[in-house]
Amino acid sequence: MPDKPWVTIVWNDPVNLMSYVAYVFQKHFGYTKEKSAKLMLDVHEKGRAVVSNGTREEMERDVEAMHGYGLWATLQHDE
Amino acid sequence: MAASFRRGRKGDLTVTFGIDEHRVLQMMLGDMLKLLQADDGVEEDPLAQALGIGTATETPADPALARLFPDGYVDDAEASADFRRYTEPGLRSAKRDALETALATLGDEPHKIVLSPQEAQAWLGALNDTRLVLGERLGVVEDFEDLLASLEEDDPRLPLLWVYDRLTFLQESLVQALWEGP
Repeated sequence: MPDKPWVTIVWNDPVNLMSYVAYVFQKHFGYTKEKSAKLMLDVHEKGRAVVSNGTREEMERDVEAMHGYGLWATLQHDE
Repeated sequence: MAASFRRGRKGDLTVTFGIDEHRVLQMMLGDMLKLLQADDGVEEDPLAQALGIGTATETPADPALARLFPDGYVDDAEASADFRRYTEPGLRSAKRDALETALATLGDEPHKIVLSPQEAQAWLGALNDTRLVLGERLGVVEDFEDLLASLEEDDPRLPLLWVYDRLTFLQESLVQALWEGP
């Protein structure tokens, strides 16, 4: 993988609808329905999922966008 | 009395609320707008305002606002504060705009509402943000049915939990209608 050391993480919460979360992933990241649904299920079942990676600035933009949609997201240096 | 969003033949999204639902939506969306208008944390300095930079660096004390504007970093208060200064004013303003669009298209009286794609996105955000705030205030948990079953008949949260449930149904219908779209 190229130098993309930061990740955006979306965390599970009891309010956001599963369908809405998948819709947001498709709309914002342009992921397929299948990939969006898989990421949504990861969030729901594992409590969190890495939804994108890139530079710190890119991840700050993704996290800001997720907050705009009402998803609970944070960024961090990839471990 | 269970209005839902539908996709029209021309691809537009329509919904017709009954009078009670219409009133409840006006009240909830109006309350949300007030919540987001109070204490908006934007710098008085016109330049900072023009740049969309706020002065708020702390996580909001109100848990509902903290849910709308979460920290950007889990274990880095300083980076979270910086992130907040640069993002919260813009996010607040976008959320207010969405609520204002939803209220404007809702109108004063019940009628058949026809939404453009942009207006539908505003409704989607406004409904979700309203549910986030209600969910935080009412202590909504993953299993909503269990929560309802655990309450006494005279629990003061019941009317708003009913509203929450209606908003959930409404938002779900909007997401489904949008998925069907082009």
